[in-house]
Amino acid sequence: MSFIQLPKPDSSIVARRLEIVAVLEGLVQSGLVISDEDGRRAYETDALTAYKRMPLAVVLPATTQEVSLVLAYACANGIKVVARGAGTSLCGGALPGEDVIVVGVSKMNRVIEIDYESRTARVESGITNLAISKAVTPRNFFYAPDPSSQLACTLAGNLAMNSGGAHCLKYGVTTNNVLGVKMVLITGEIVEIGGAQLDAEGYDLLALIVGSEGQFGIITEATVRILPSAEGAKPMMIGFESAAKAAICVARIIASGIIPVAIEFMDKPAIEVCEAFAKAGYPLDVDALLIIEVEGSEEEIADRLAYIAGIANELSPKSIVVAANEDQAARIWKGRKSAFGAIGRLADYYCMDGTIPLGHLPHVLEQIAEICARHDLKVANIFHAGDGNLHPLIMYNANAPGEIEKAEMAGAEILKLCVAVGGCLTGEHGVGIEKRDLMTVQFTETDLNVQMRIKSVFDPSWLLNPAKVFPLDGRPAPAAIVSMQALPVDMLHPVAA
Amino acid sequence: MSNVLQPATEWELKSMIASLAERQIPVEVAGGGSKRTCGRPVAATAVLSTAMLRGITLYEPTELVMSARSGTPLSQVEVELASRGQMLPFEPIDLGPMLGQQAGQQTMGGVFGANLSGARRFVAGAARDHVLGIQAINGRGEQFKSGGRVMKNVTGIDVARGITGSWGTLAVLSEITFKVLPLPDDMTTLVYTGLTDELAAELMCIASGSPFEVSGAVHLTAALARRLKTGELAEEKKPVTALRIENFSKSVEYRKTRLKELLVAFGTPAELDLDPSLKFWNELRRFSVLPFGPTHVWRISTSPRNGPKLVAAIRRHVPVEVMYDWSGGLVWLETAASADAGAADVRRAVASFGGHATLIRAEDAVRREVQVFQPLTPAVARITQGLKAAFDPLGLLSPGRMYANL
Repeated sequence: MSFIQLPKPDSSIVARRLEIVAVLEGLVQSGLVISDEDGRRAYETDALTAYKRMPLAVVLPATTQEVSLVLAYACANGIKVVARGAGTSLCGGALPGEDVIVVGVSKMNRVIEIDYESRTARVESGITNLAISKAVTPRNFFYAPDPSSQLACTLAGNLAMNSGGAHCLKYGVTTNNVLGVKMVLITGEIVEIGGAQLDAEGYDLLALIVGSEGQFGIITEATVRILPSAEGAKPMMIGFESAAKAAICVARIIASGIIPVAIEFMDKPAIEVCEAFAKAGYPLDVDALLIIEVEGSEEEIADRLAYIAGIANELSPKSIVVAANEDQAARIWKGRKSAFGAIGRLADYYCMDGTIPLGHLPHVLEQIAEICARHDLKVANIFHAGDGNLHPLIMYNANAPGEIEKAEMAGAEILKLCVAVGGCLTGEHGVGIEKRDLMTVQFTETDLNVQMRIKSVFDPSWLLNPAKVFPLDGRPAPAAIVSMQALPVDMLHPVAA
Repeated sequence: MSNVLQPATEWELKSMIASLAERQIPVEVAGGGSKRTCGRPVAATAVLSTAMLRGITLYEPTELVMSARSGTPLSQVEVELASRGQMLPFEPIDLGPMLGQQAGQQTMGGVFGANLSGARRFVAGAARDHVLGIQAINGRGEQFKSGGRVMKNVTGIDVARGITGSWGTLAVLSEITFKVLPLPDDMTTLVYTGLTDELAAELMCIASGSPFEVSGAVHLTAALARRLKTGELAEEKKPVTALRIENFSKSVEYRKTRLKELLVAFGTPAELDLDPSLKFWNELRRFSVLPFGPTHVWRISTSPRNGPKLVAAIRRHVPVEVMYDWSGGLVWLETAASADAGAADVRRAVASFGGHATLIRAEDAVRREVQVFQPLTPAVARITQGLKAAFDPLGLLSPGRMYANL
């Protein structure tokens, strides 16, 4: 097993398992507590499959009220809770522990209200990302953040990780597309934050909550922005003999004043795998491929693609292909979005997620190749070039002893490199357990203390999603939950007060 | 201003806050001072100004990123960006003229500290959406950073975005890194006149829900429209509803035609091409329609659909003039001066239709007595107090500016 330390389970809690299960069964409708071993096994890991822990029990509440009852009980008894959406986290964000209750939101997946005039949708958090877009497609709207796992991943998980996607270059990531949430605090208290309006009333609590990786509470409902779909969209592919040229091309496109909806990058190993999978017509004779998508009317699209081709042509690309029809466009995106899965059919892989300033791209790609070669590992690069969010996929064989450790070591070196050139550890996947111990590379002790004090405001006893995000050393001692303090009346809403 | 502390370096800023903390001396945090009469009067005798912390420290046009010290004037940033064909997409507004100050005094710290965004907000995002990273000193005298200089970053809690809009009550920003975008090639504005608030809201919602990327949708009641300075708009003495389209020229032309077809039921609009369009949207940014005066001004944020209903509910009790921005979701409401600035009526309407209201302009005495920011629910108030204690446990940074006990 690999490097990341997981805390020893609290044996006094584990010993009470049957009693805890019995209480939970009384708190929620029948059939919503999973306590048998086979049932719990489905929740012992997420998409970072190298780590597995059998949870104490799994609850799949059907209502916010049930979530509230479960958390109030856990809080009163000092039991840790891990919130879970679809379990697609690549960083172990949903990894439970033996002394942990998993609270899954997957049963709460309804669309509550769609307001096309105000361009918002109120949904339950267990809805899948793609289901939000599907609900509003008939009226030509969509929900913008589009992580590659959008078919499976839930909005709850997207909110926890502040997920991005290929099209966030133009439309922003989750935090830019959420207006309000209903969240259950560890005490069981239900809080409404934000609303259907575009900005915060006091402090921007939503900004702190989105991306807090299940550390602050469990979100059960959210109001998200829905956007009118463009009249049309079309991708083009530009192949270059080197990553350096591709990087220059990206910089020149942006400097020229065009922000395409998406600019994706693939290197040769990634192109080969994805072409075999999607038959998209990716050029196989190039070392670097850009997929660039623009939107608008047919004429606007033709105009913009020609303009971009003009910029690319100054760099003598090896090929420029505009999607000939809808089918090819769909295949180009299918190949890109299935890249991880396609590579997963060849080897186990460890997917990194650092972001770098784009100017460092050629140098960083060389270094990544060098690092992986040094560890005798293969790597494929496929990522969001428009915003410098890298996804090196380090391939290894999980059955060969020592391979995963090697992959993790290479991964850590790559992330340190990202930070060294002015970037960060994670652009969209989150910290989870995976990058927890690297946080000190990017942040000072003071930086982390500032963050951890905010965690303590929301979850003073540190019961929510334990052992994630913050290094295990240097955490504050969990405080007992104080009962609601008396509040000065003049901050309070007259109705509520 | 008698006691003004003006650190010239981040180290000086940190040292000053540390020694203020030692002596437990509260300060009013300020930048250019254009918004000093916004919020509740601060319970402090000294001012801590970031105005000397100046300078653009990083600008990479090809990476769409800029960093500036918090006291850097917004005007300097905008000139530098324009020289490379770029802009701040959230189009920060200037409250100065409305509050009796000169235009153009804002600093970048003030822009992000107040999170005040202009007409493009509803499509392009707010100031907070463009924050990539910050350096700041909290009330404990601790220097910290959050975020960085890259476009996508989910490493740890998003403190940078979280303290945007906290009006200097959590920490003093020393440097901000933000995302910028290319300036559009061309712009046009369609102006409809004579529409009621309800019809205007309907028009703005249809336009904003179309695929033609309308980047500004405002409606002015007749009294406010009469104060416009652009072209002949003021002379019509009618309400004005304006839609902005920005893109490359061919596209602007195409989208304009399509939009007019879509909105044919609302009449034939006048058209402002590039220059008058720039003038029109610039004067709105500086609130030429709400000039300095004795009236009270509220800023109400709600869902676009409910904007006119909320205003109608207030209007039943007090006469008001209104500028709707953000396709109807942001209401700038002018009322005659009164002892409570109409707070009871405003708050009741907001409670019925959702959203929140902030009293932007009123005399000190009124802002001391009336709740300036939206009152909070008990749970949110508790979290708010917890955050204040986490960042500024001694309550040194602009105490009382947002809430009496904060």
